[in-house]
Amino acid sequence: MYFFSFLAAFLLLRRLRKSMLLTEMGFKWDKPLNTASWVSLGLFIVASATLKETLQDWLGILYLTGILAYINREPDFKPIKSLVQAFYPYVLICFFSLLLELLFPDFHRKWEDLIGMGALAGFVYFFAAWVNFNKGQKALESERQKRLVEEEQRRIIEAHKSELEVLVAQRTAELTNQKEELLQTVEELKATQAQLIQQEKLASLGELTAGIAHEIQNPLNFVNNFAEVSAELLEELEEELRKGDIEEAVAIAGDVRQNLQKIGHHGKRADSIVKGMLQHSRVSNGQKELTDINSLADEYLRLSYHGLRAKDKTFNAGLVTDFASDLEKLEVVPQDLGRVLLNLFNNAFYSVQQKQKTSEPGFKPQVTVSTKRIGDEVEIRVKDNGSGIPENIRHKILQPFFTTKPTGQGTGLGLSLSHDIIAKGHGGTLAIETKEGQFAEFIIRIPSKKEKEVLI
Amino acid sequence: MKVLVVDDEADVQPLFLQRFRREIKNGDIDFTFAQSGEEAYEYLVDHYSEVVMILSDINMPGMSGLDLLRQIRAKHESAPPTIMMVTAYGDEENYQQAMQLGADDFLTKPLDFSVLKDKLKTFAS
Repeated sequence: MYFFSFLAAFLLLRRLRKSMLLTEMGFKWDKPLNTASWVSLGLFIVASATLKETLQDWLGILYLTGILAYINREPDFKPIKSLVQAFYPYVLICFFSLLLELLFPDFHRKWEDLIGMGALAGFVYFFAAWVNFNKGQKALESERQKRLVEEEQRRIIEAHKSELEVLVAQRTAELTNQKEELLQTVEELKATQAQLIQQEKLASLGELTAGIAHEIQNPLNFVNNFAEVSAELLEELEEELRKGDIEEAVAIAGDVRQNLQKIGHHGKRADSIVKGMLQHSRVSNGQKELTDINSLADEYLRLSYHGLRAKDKTFNAGLVTDFASDLEKLEVVPQDLGRVLLNLFNNAFYSVQQKQKTSEPGFKPQVTVSTKRIGDEVEIRVKDNGSGIPENIRHKILQPFFTTKPTGQGTGLGLSLSHDIIAKGHGGTLAIETKEGQFAEFIIRIPSKKEKEVLI
Repeated sequence: MKVLVVDDEADVQPLFLQRFRREIKNGDIDFTFAQSGEEAYEYLVDHYSEVVMILSDINMPGMSGLDLLRQIRAKHESAPPTIMMVTAYGDEENYQQAMQLGADDFLTKPLDFSVLKDKLKTFAS
């Protein structure tokens, strides 16, 4: 019977060692447990060889009990305690059998087989518990493995997460930088745009200069000539008075008065041209004022025409004006609308000039400007009989920087700015009618303020 | 001597009349005015033989002074009338073109009336 006790002790110690190896205390217990297990085996061999059967049994059971007690007490072996408990029935039966043999040898001899079977049953029970425990341990182990894997996965995810967080932070920083750069670019573009608008204005002013010079020269000539002639007339007047020819003197006086009126008229004409020029070059204050659209259109038509004439002496065009005589003054920003008109006229003259260069001698260039009241709106039409606008670029002509002129000759901003001035500045529309090779007509419509004022 | 003055500025008319007051009074010069090339050309259709001199601005809307010159010279190969071109743009190109088309003289604005008077006198004599 002692064989089972030593076997149990041996197996238990091996098992314990194996369990301990899986924990962090494996190193501490590996050697003692190993030694103990082999001591168990050694004891068994020594006991088998030297002792009597009863003493063998006692030694076996006491040895096992001692080991069990030790394991029970040692906190390191807590996980395996349930296995230790499985030995109790076997140990109890062994003790009971040995005590019985000591105290009642006859009774024991009589029931020896039965008691032996009980001990065996105890051992089997232990063995079953052992298997069961192993199974439990395995389940626990796999559970532990699973938890470890999960832990590992969680750790990986955590690492990923922090990696991603770093990436996100990087990206955010990059995006913030890009945003800053873009904001700066937008600011730069705004400044450039303002510069371009100013340049466009100056360019159109440059085109105007020759026209303006011509326009001022004419009235100045008249002022000078009428002043000179009046001086001569006054001399004659004195002469006639001395002669006593009152009738002739009165006639001459009439001429002088007429001349002075003409001097005044031409002086004012020059004055208004200079004012118009100043107005054009001045930064628009966006202030709307009541403006005579007809005279504004007429003024810029002439300026534009003479501007082109100054550059191309051979150029000639018919200027046709068809102004609605009953057109009341309109609330507009005169310099802005003037720029639009100037731009449309310049384009019109450019177009007929280009056509004249290429077409047969019979072609008569003509630019027409007309005004009309249509309902609550005032319509200004600028038409030329030039080569028109090809279908494929019609949708592009209002885009900024689009130009058909050779590089350096047009900013491509004229019509784009014109459209902005009419649409945004005046709540109006800029429409185009054209037939390729025949004509182009720009139609400005500006709502008159009248209606609104009534509502207010 | 009939002089046809072509200029789109209406005030050229009283100016010439006053500048040549004496000459008109004396019956030396007789002025006729046209405000466009077309008007001048039409006038010439009926009064071609009367006009001995034409004084024409170049820069006019519609038919320009050069167009008028070209048409007159195309229709009537030989002078008369004498044609003087006047322009504010006294540049070489205009001058060349006017001369090529058969102009007799080329004056720049502002007109110097004493020079013009001398020219007319020389021409009349």
